[in-house]
Amino acid sequence: MTASTNQDEAVMTPRRRTTTKPRRKKLGAKARSSLLLGYLMLIFLALVYIYPFLISIAGSFKTDSEATQNPLGLIPETITFAAYEQLFANSPFALWAGNTVFVTVCVTIGRVLFDSMAGYALSRLKFRGRTVIFVLFIGILSVPGVVLLIPRFLILNEVGLYNTYGGMIIPLLSTAAGVFIMKQFFDSIPESIEEAARIDGAGNFRRFWSVVLPMATPALVTIFILSFQGSWNELGHFIVSRQSQDLNTLTVGVAQLVSGTLGAGNQFPLQLAAAVLMSIPVAVLFFVFQRRIMNTTAGAEKG
Amino acid sequence: MARAAQRTRRGGGIRRGEARAGYLFIAPAVIIAAVFLVIPIVLAFWVSLSDWNGFQSPLNPRVGFVGAENYAAITTEEGLDQRNFGRAVRNNFYYVLLVVPLQTALSLFLAVQVNRAVLKGRGFFRTAFYFPSVTSSVAIVIVFQFLFLGTGAVNAVLRAIGVQGPNWFNDPTGIFHGFLTLFGVTAAPGVLADGGMLGVTWWEWLSGPSVAMMVLSFLAVFTTSGTFMLLFLAALQNIGAEVEEAALMDGAGAFRKFFSVTLPMLKPTLFTVLTLGLIGSWQVFDQIYILGGGAPGGTLMTPAYLLYESSFVDLQWGQGAAIAFILFVFIILLTLFQRWLLRDRKPKRRGPAQATVTGGVS
Repeated sequence: MTASTNQDEAVMTPRRRTTTKPRRKKLGAKARSSLLLGYLMLIFLALVYIYPFLISIAGSFKTDSEATQNPLGLIPETITFAAYEQLFANSPFALWAGNTVFVTVCVTIGRVLFDSMAGYALSRLKFRGRTVIFVLFIGILSVPGVVLLIPRFLILNEVGLYNTYGGMIIPLLSTAAGVFIMKQFFDSIPESIEEAARIDGAGNFRRFWSVVLPMATPALVTIFILSFQGSWNELGHFIVSRQSQDLNTLTVGVAQLVSGTLGAGNQFPLQLAAAVLMSIPVAVLFFVFQRRIMNTTAGAEKG
Repeated sequence: MARAAQRTRRGGGIRRGEARAGYLFIAPAVIIAAVFLVIPIVLAFWVSLSDWNGFQSPLNPRVGFVGAENYAAITTEEGLDQRNFGRAVRNNFYYVLLVVPLQTALSLFLAVQVNRAVLKGRGFFRTAFYFPSVTSSVAIVIVFQFLFLGTGAVNAVLRAIGVQGPNWFNDPTGIFHGFLTLFGVTAAPGVLADGGMLGVTWWEWLSGPSVAMMVLSFLAVFTTSGTFMLLFLAALQNIGAEVEEAALMDGAGAFRKFFSVTLPMLKPTLFTVLTLGLIGSWQVFDQIYILGGGAPGGTLMTPAYLLYESSFVDLQWGQGAAIAFILFVFIILLTLFQRWLLRDRKPKRRGPAQATVTGGVS
């Protein structure tokens, strides 16, 4: 999938360059005014999309009363870190963050490894039942996540993994979508590349690990982004796979904070501070991999 | 190369051990899928046919088989369970009705605008529109609760233009009912009060989304429009500039060009976005959980949340599982419908990018 998008870009970039010039010349004033109108509309919409985040960040530095009395202001009258201090003093925010980091790291490593192994097997290695397994994986793709809430709880309870890190992590270690992405990518690498290594006597695992996998970096990065973002933001599975407060992740803990079990009433700066802090890692990931995210994974979010 | 291929087919010494490696490589993914997806679904199906109350294992011998009783309780038997399910379906129905058209139109509009060849700073605009899609649902709900407080930012803006905004997230008024109240209609006319479906009277079916549900729909549009914008953007870039150029040279205006050249070529993507939207909007769970489950007046309750509440809170596991399977079948039907729609158009599609993207989402 990455290969094809890169191709698109390669085709698009020169084309764009050649067409912009004549267009500008031919469509003088009328086009320019429509462009201006488009700009104004886009700027307005961009404000609608960004402003909520900005006033939330600002709100987290306000006092409780200022946050409710002057919600629109971008610069607090008195900048206070009280909300952040309270967050760490009155709730086990650090513990939640630790759990989230641990789970996210495990899930991400597992998915990168298992999805690429399965994708490689489905794409390259010949064994009986390969087609059947592939078709089953395609079928699994369309199982909606919310339907799995009860089944996942039942099985974790049955095998004794309920309320353990294992129960929170293992079911997320591989996804059909990830296997599918990896298989597609391996399909796009010509088999002749491995042939040399094969003739040199490199075994299957060796070829996978040191020949094919390094070539698959773009697809691996895609899997990495998807699973990091997915497991960092995961809520449903962590609601049904644990009960102990010690196993709270950021999503579960902050959700409890919001619905009032932990935080009291109108402490909006506190909630906003929690929202800001928990969004930082994914925001950083987003800005680092911005180009890749917006080109290749496209809609593959929330899968 | 030819020799290599021949050798492959014959299956010589060099390929030895390949099958074993194949099983080994695919084992983790298969085991995880089997143990944590296929088997649990079978187990949940059993629960939906049983009277298990959450005590011990659903497989212990004291759990009885009750046939379709759980399914009947929420669909055909009159009572509270049926009414709750009916209300949840109604709420979700209005949610879909609001979210799907809005998010499709908005994401298409954004994609077309951002795709303009002459636009400066489109990287910035893409980022701005897409960012809400990667943020956690918990954070977004907090932001929206803050924005839509009775004394919140949205009402502050409304006040500036002389409108008194409602107390958004706490307002259970159905907007159609609210609208009728303006004309003095506060109770149901006889016809609508008597008949009904799923234990909910026609009058209640016609309530419209509650004010709180409207906000939830805005929230959904806010978080999904960026994702779908990217789908449209990919398709627009496949169409390429030439076609549009040609239309412009022919003297077609911007609107003409959009509706008679661009839009028809976007049809496959449009179907994709519409059906993905449909599939996604029947699965709202996170937001409702964070908002405290269905309040105000149960108007935020959706089937996806109801299945959780029935089982994990009310311990009516059979009913919860039954709701899950009804939802499951419904969503699978939508998915099959989508595949059928898109298979028809396959020859017309360009580039494999789109196929991957749809595969990745569903």
